[in-house]
Amino acid sequence: MRKIIEGSIAVAHVVARCGVQVVAAYPITPSTHVPEELSRIQPEYGFEFIPVESEHSALSAIVGASVAGARTFTATASQGLALMNEVLHNASGMRLPLVMVVGNRALSAPLNIWNDWQDGISSRDTGWIQLYCKNNQEVIDTVIQAYKIAETISFPVMVGMDGFYLTHEITTIDLPEKEEISAFLPPFKPKQSLDVEKPLAFGTYMNPQYYMDAKAQQQKDMLAAAKTIEAVAAEFGKAFGRKQAALVEEYQSSDAERVIVTMGSLSENVEIAVDELRAKGERVGLVRIKCFRPFPAEALAKALGGKKAAVMEKDASYGYEGALATELKAALKTDVLGIVCGLGGRDVKLGDVKKVFEMLSRGEKGTVWL
Amino acid sequence: MANPWFLKGHTACAGCGCTIAIDEMLKAVGPDVVVVNATGCMEIVSSMYPSCNWNVPYLHSLFENVPAVASGVSRAFKALGKKGVVLGFSGDGGAYDIGFGALSGAMERNEDMMFVIYDNEAYMNTGVQRSGATPFHAATTTSPQEVAGKREWKKDMSFIAAAHRIPYVATANIGFPVDFKNKLKKAKEKKGFRLVTVYANCPIGWRHDSALTIDIAKKAVESGMWHLFEIEDGAFKRTYRPKQFIPLEEYLKPQGRFKHLTPDMVKEAQEHVNKTVAELDRLEGCKVDFKYLE
Ligand SMILES: Cc1ncc(C[n+]2csc(CCOP(=O)(O)OP(=O)(O)O)c2C)c(N)n1
Ligand code: SF4
Ligand SMILES: [Mg+2]
Repeated sequence: MRKIIEGSIAVAHVVARCGVQVVAAYPITPSTHVPEELSRIQPEYGFEFIPVESEHSALSAIVGASVAGARTFTATASQGLALMNEVLHNASGMRLPLVMVVGNRALSAPLNIWNDWQDGISSRDTGWIQLYCKNNQEVIDTVIQAYKIAETISFPVMVGMDGFYLTHEITTIDLPEKEEISAFLPPFKPKQSLDVEKPLAFGTYMNPQYYMDAKAQQQKDMLAAAKTIEAVAAEFGKAFGRKQAALVEEYQSSDAERVIVTMGSLSENVEIAVDELRAKGERVGLVRIKCFRPFPAEALAKALGGKKAAVMEKDASYGYEGALATELKAALKTDVLGIVCGLGGRDVKLGDVKKVFEMLSRGEKGTVWL
Repeated sequence: MANPWFLKGHTACAGCGCTIAIDEMLKAVGPDVVVVNATGCMEIVSSMYPSCNWNVPYLHSLFENVPAVASGVSRAFKALGKKGVVLGFSGDGGAYDIGFGALSGAMERNEDMMFVIYDNEAYMNTGVQRSGATPFHAATTTSPQEVAGKREWKKDMSFIAAAHRIPYVATANIGFPVDFKNKLKKAKEKKGFRLVTVYANCPIGWRHDSALTIDIAKKAVESGMWHLFEIEDGAFKRTYRPKQFIPLEEYLKPQGRFKHLTPDMVKEAQEHVNKTVAELDRLEGCKVDFKYLE
């Protein structure tokens, strides 16, 4: 049903309609409205809601709930995601199909509650699938897909939702009904779980002769996850009648000479800039990375081959450059213009995007902090 | 007697009191329990892939998050209608120190689980460092004898827990297995958060003869260094009080961790113990309605 609704509230409702069984969460701006709404609708849906005393415990609690066989959820941002870090590794190493929404936000210090991607990017190597969304319709659709992806291949999935720009945006969303979702997403049936009838051990210590094999398997399966992400997106598109981006999304890029690569809600600004410049006859385009992990190197190489590319990103790897720039250069085996922008919520205006296209025409290189 | 729920073959040191605690614990509460264990000695010696001594459902996640993980298991079991009592199991370091916030949170929410802390009074798995549960004067690798051992008194977990208004708090000791098992059985029948802290020696860290484990454990109670009590719905009751306490020195003497104590230090410790005994005598039979102590 189409509804005018705040992004975070919509997330809570879609999670409930996905048949979540245990939710644990801790408040942090800008993701707080998600657990608030979940606690409010909990009696209606009958899932368990654990108002834990920290994000570390939020993720730990859903680790426990997932091993016990439940479909789970948590939402966080920024400091909360950073506090979860060791549990992130733990959950992916145990191959638990968790789903978490991250209201992407800057990290302290200086303390700042506004949007950037430093929280998600700093969690890059934790073994979670990371999907970044451009608008709230995509957030909702992606949460549903995230459960299917997670439960098909036993991987935790993080859904990135730009803080404030999306978490607090009130817009029209087609919010699927419970019945529509359950036709697409069957009940969670874990292959194994904690059960007194069949005692199994989970999460045990492994010495060198086993540990690396487990990690190699994780890497192999994570790389193969791209196929599942694509298949689930296609299936979702068919079932719900909305075309879905899976790994990357191209906008006016096939015949473009200059392309901006970015993620998240910034993509919609770039789309507008592309439209305006195209109207003046400039051959510009956008390639949006939806799936940051596993990194879609092949899809990016295909989309960007032979074009001048700039990457606009709201994160930095201090002491080097933007994390996306590094990855993109490796994927393309060529130089790209790196643009670090929007840190701590600094506005990235239409004019800024156009300026980047101009810099590309001038053949500028290196990293620029806008 | 073989234990069908904790199988033989664990790799703990000879005379380890903590595996005795596990053995007694599972005999009392097995088999319909789901164990969530913390990182620490007991996890390492009992569940190193591909072997596992736990013949009950078992989950290890991290060091400090057992109360939270077990909260999740407990809620999931409720949501899914699954049978089994959730049993959190952690060392003193995991519970008194690094996981204290998680433990306090789970107690404050009165999550439905049993929680057993095996208290060997230091971080043994990482090589005997001091914890909040290390007793005054005891030497560890981070409270060495060069600084005369630990300078702070032991954190009082049971009374801190009781202030959370949980239905059941108890202390136990591996030298008193019947008392330990009775408490576990009682705890198992209750709902909400039930905490049992069990004294369990580490002959390596305490530097005592591995044949003396039970003897020393008993002396802890007989000397007044450890107390056996329960706090049931706020009512304090000792389950055993020696008629005549033995001198503390008899407890300290066989343990290397107390070797550096001067007669003055022993005297100071004895005075502290005497005061603790007097304080607990005063509390005997008292019921504190923690509800009204906000
Ligand atoms: C976050 C974190 N910090 C430190 C460690 C290292 N570590 C593992 S076990 C342990 C001590 C465990 O002490 P305790 O809980 O008392 O159990 P014991 O080994 O004494 O049985 C430490 C410090 C860890 N695993 N995780
Ligand atoms: S070091 Fe101590 S606690 Fe650890 S297994 Fe050995 S005796 Fe037991
Ligand atoms: Mg210990």
